[in-house]
Amino acid sequence: MQATQDIRKPVKERGVSGRTFRAAAWLGWQIESNWADPLIFFIYSVIKPLSGAAILVVMYSVITNGNFDDPMFAYIYLGNAFYIYVAAVLTGVSWTVIDDREIYRMLKYIYIAPVHVPVYLLGRGFAKFAFGSLAVFITIAAGVYFLDVPLDLSLVNWPLFAVSLTLGIVMLAMMGLVLGSVMLLIVNNANFMGEAVAGALYLFSGAVFPLSILPAWLQPVGYIIPISYWLELLRRSVVGQVAESFPTFSQFSDMQLLGILAGLTALFTVLGFVVFRYCDHQAREKGYLDRYSNF
Amino acid sequence: MALTDRVPKNSGWRLFLQTVVGRAYPRIIGLLRELSWFFFEVFLPVLSVAAYVFIYRAIGAPDVYIGFVVMGGAMTAFWLNILWSMSSQMYWEKQTGNLALYIMAPNSLMAILLGMAFGGLFSTGLRALVITLVGTLLFDVSFEVSNYLLLFAVFMLTMVALYGLGMMTASLFLLLNREAWHYANLAQEPVYLASGFYFPIKSLDFWIAAGASFIPLTLGMDAMRQLSFSGGTELGFLPVQTELAILAGLCVVFLIGARWLLGYMERLAVREGRLTESRR
Repeated sequence: MQATQDIRKPVKERGVSGRTFRAAAWLGWQIESNWADPLIFFIYSVIKPLSGAAILVVMYSVITNGNFDDPMFAYIYLGNAFYIYVAAVLTGVSWTVIDDREIYRMLKYIYIAPVHVPVYLLGRGFAKFAFGSLAVFITIAAGVYFLDVPLDLSLVNWPLFAVSLTLGIVMLAMMGLVLGSVMLLIVNNANFMGEAVAGALYLFSGAVFPLSILPAWLQPVGYIIPISYWLELLRRSVVGQVAESFPTFSQFSDMQLLGILAGLTALFTVLGFVVFRYCDHQAREKGYLDRYSNF
Repeated sequence: MALTDRVPKNSGWRLFLQTVVGRAYPRIIGLLRELSWFFFEVFLPVLSVAAYVFIYRAIGAPDVYIGFVVMGGAMTAFWLNILWSMSSQMYWEKQTGNLALYIMAPNSLMAILLGMAFGGLFSTGLRALVITLVGTLLFDVSFEVSNYLLLFAVFMLTMVALYGLGMMTASLFLLLNREAWHYANLAQEPVYLASGFYFPIKSLDFWIAAGASFIPLTLGMDAMRQLSFSGGTELGFLPVQTELAILAGLCVVFLIGARWLLGYMERLAVREGRLTESRR
């Protein structure tokens, strides 16, 4: 009994969070990449996102006869490129629960190790963030060089871009922590959850079409999704003239949008740890930590 | 029962059929036992379909493209079934320890794959039907089928060729380990692109489309779109009759290829001791 109580105590040792994060990120990197040699892994990492982008390019090109100068193209292309982060970070953090509980069956050993579990989950997500960054960069570069996406590096608002990107990644990681925490309590279909959430956000966040295209009764959903504000800020910072063509968030200034994003990031940070604490307790009570279902 | 009594056992074609039914059974009954899987496997493609429909609306595409997207979204269910429940199935079976039992049992591995194919075809067909119905209702798609018999023939030939391809690739996965998951994952978006799941395949360069035609869904979907939508013929890649003939050829090639490759890969996997290894 005493042993159980000791395990349940949060690890207070100094520096343990940093060590946990680094080790988890390295582990995540190895899991993601060491199944193939670097060249095959590089090809694997870029083919998937480039194919996703190419589907949109062909769809757009067929209908508009290749009019890539229209702001709509840049809107779709860049929104899709930055959305790679959502799939990578949000589902990356939450998928770790499936990876460790169901596939590698190591979650119980992680729990008895001197680590801080939420930080461990975030560290594993960091590896996906790194791979996601590579995919985002290559997708955008391909768009600029081959499809004339109007991205001029001298016109980019770098401070706004850096702050928006950082806040957004933290927010996505915390949303991933919330999702991963909930997945601790789901035994049968947890593997669908990440995809379902990412798919729903793709549809409602205005990633690849302006929110005004959604039916009027669905548009409010887009306005309550934090990712909508994040993508708008990224577009404004990278291709300001394109963002101006779509009046969805024109009533907000850059600073107001940043304020909203910062507030939502803070909210999800608190929520992430609170929800983790609750779900972690429930999962221990119900014995879900070492339960697996061959997903 | 006395010890000397023997349980009657099938052999030959009866055992083959029994194996097919036995392996198809869990695929079909699983659909009824875990309804939440059915929900997610319908819900996720519908989300993708909705996103692509709204993109087409945002760029002012004609209505026929909305129908194309709904049909493509429904057909993703078959491709995902081929990838995750046919091709990589041998990998999963290896992980769970069933593969060695399949090899040890006195049945044909080909019959097991056929059982998977029949079971998968039934359960995936049901999912695709629901996706089509939901997509049609949500986005007001109107079908104008010009020839039901031909449409049915195209669909069936596409499925036979597709599941033949799945059986063939399943034997390749016999040799794979951790990388199996990644290869299956890799074969999603690129195939959606090359096979024209969300746009007419005619939009691609002729030789790219021709190259992608070895995936039966490429020509199958193109022919079904030509037969199902008003204006579909103008957007078709090849005449329907030609596509039908190519699909029939693919059926033969893939089924014979699956039988040959399965035998070869099984011998190779036995020789190299890969049937029971489990590296995650």
